[in-house]
Amino acid sequence: MLIYLLGAVLLAGVSLFVGTSSLRTSLEWLRSPAALSDTVLWDIRLPRAVGAWLVGALLGLGGAIAQTLFRNPLAEPYLLGSASGAALAVTVCLLAVDTTMITGLAWMGGLGVTGAAFVGAAAGITLTLTLSRGVQQTANLLLAGVVVAFVLGALTSLLMLRSPDIWRAMQSFLLGTTGFLGWRSAALLALVFAVCAIPAVLLSRGLDALTLGEDTARSLGLPLGALRVGLLALLSLATAAAVSQAGIVGFVGLVAPHLVRESVRVNSRQLIIAAPLCGGVVLQAADLVSRWVIRPAELPVGIVTACLGGAYLVMLLWRRAQRE
Amino acid sequence: MNSAPASSAPAIPPLSARNLTVRFGSRTVLDDLSLDILRGCWTSIIGPNGCGKSTLLKTLAGLIDPERGAIALEGKPLKAWPRRERAKTVAWLPQSTEPSDLTVRDCVGLGRFAYTGWLGDRRPADEEAIERALNATGAAEWSTRRVSTLSGGERQRVSLARLLAVEASILLLDEPTTHLDPPHQIDIARILRHHARGLEGTIVSAIHDMAVALMADRVIVMGAHNLIGHGSVSEALNGDWLSRAFGTPVNIVRSGTGFLWQPQVPD
Repeated sequence: MLIYLLGAVLLAGVSLFVGTSSLRTSLEWLRSPAALSDTVLWDIRLPRAVGAWLVGALLGLGGAIAQTLFRNPLAEPYLLGSASGAALAVTVCLLAVDTTMITGLAWMGGLGVTGAAFVGAAAGITLTLTLSRGVQQTANLLLAGVVVAFVLGALTSLLMLRSPDIWRAMQSFLLGTTGFLGWRSAALLALVFAVCAIPAVLLSRGLDALTLGEDTARSLGLPLGALRVGLLALLSLATAAAVSQAGIVGFVGLVAPHLVRESVRVNSRQLIIAAPLCGGVVLQAADLVSRWVIRPAELPVGIVTACLGGAYLVMLLWRRAQRE
Repeated sequence: MNSAPASSAPAIPPLSARNLTVRFGSRTVLDDLSLDILRGCWTSIIGPNGCGKSTLLKTLAGLIDPERGAIALEGKPLKAWPRRERAKTVAWLPQSTEPSDLTVRDCVGLGRFAYTGWLGDRRPADEEAIERALNATGAAEWSTRRVSTLSGGERQRVSLARLLAVEASILLLDEPTTHLDPPHQIDIARILRHHARGLEGTIVSAIHDMAVALMADRVIVMGAHNLIGHGSVSEALNGDWLSRAFGTPVNIVRSGTGFLWQPQVPD
């Protein structure tokens, strides 16, 4: 865990110097207390690094909760329809506002789209929970999540087909981007992270008991219904906050808990603490790569996480196959 | 060994069921079933596959709500017990457990959840209970390994340790000896008998192996969805309850201090 913390600080430091301007300029900025350097380093790059860490941490936390709660190693934070709900809401929002790409992108930073994404994510989750008639049946939940994702995804595609103007703007949301994270976003994310992480750690004994099966957990005196409601609320809040600030960043929530489990022997409490730390570092690193590869332009960070995450999962698959 | 211990049964049975009916959808699993479990006894549930043994155990453990009927735990309705108090009194062992990534010690420690609560602060009494359970089942030697890396029989012994760590007076066990080699099956039988006779506890188990099942003090023989008989082992054998339950002649022979099922091979 210390490694994750050190990694986060180190990457935040490095990320100060990577961007559209060259490395040398960035280094000079650090020494000269000019207004421009202040703006770029402290008002753009630093909040972006901090925000990226927080988004990654929220996704890592969501992934750890989802994988333990659903007792499924493929579970991820977007499982309950939050991503598709947010995407649809953002599309509707962009359509409602004037729809040239520039204004659309400008809106991404504002509360309009962010708020819409949050509402959409929450609505998507609510829809999933309604369809599955509560939270007690894991199979129903997963099925309802799949249905909601497909139907809302189809609606989103339909809207985008009708108005190709917002296509480009939507892409950056659908692929995830850390480019619009400012101090305000970072503060909001930090607040949500604190609100989610502390109860999650306190509930981790319940997650341990859940790994023995739901009946066994109940026989041990666990209030299973209340536990599920609480964990799903945390999962939903964490995911909705992350999606609203950075779009749909894939794979981080899926991969972070696996990375932790592969490297150390963990119980649920350690996983709940380590997975966010790991997710934060992963997204920070992906953010750096996305800014570095095609300088001075940027890749959407979601493409980088998908490539890195996919490669990691394939590696994991091979290692497992070898072991058996 | 085939009759109930001489100590007089207390007025209130530790567990009693009245007119239990359990249905899954339109399928009736238990039909108007009533029974009293005796304290200080090991009771075996015997019956053919699918007759509702597991469902009966789960219902007695409070994990399935019966459609009709009621269960009393120590004379008080099971529903009226606070969650953790119930968990301290009745412990349940499932037929199979999922392979957990927890270490053996963490897994067995979960048996103390009703005592330690969410934060899991173990007091010396909890540590001692965990230690006793690990030693009794022989799981102590793998206490730092992950449960998922153990063999089926080893996992079964860890589950049993998890059950014993609760230190509940009533133990409900669904196939506790599956996956175990014969010497370890006997170890389990010894633990169960000690719990019933030595600690004045109560055991209800469903065990497939007739030789082990008939080591109990009493038997509940189930046909489809209901009881064929409930009594001492000799009552069950004299009344030929087993043949009625399985719908085919079941030939049990006495062998040394125990019983064996002797199949009649058709010519």
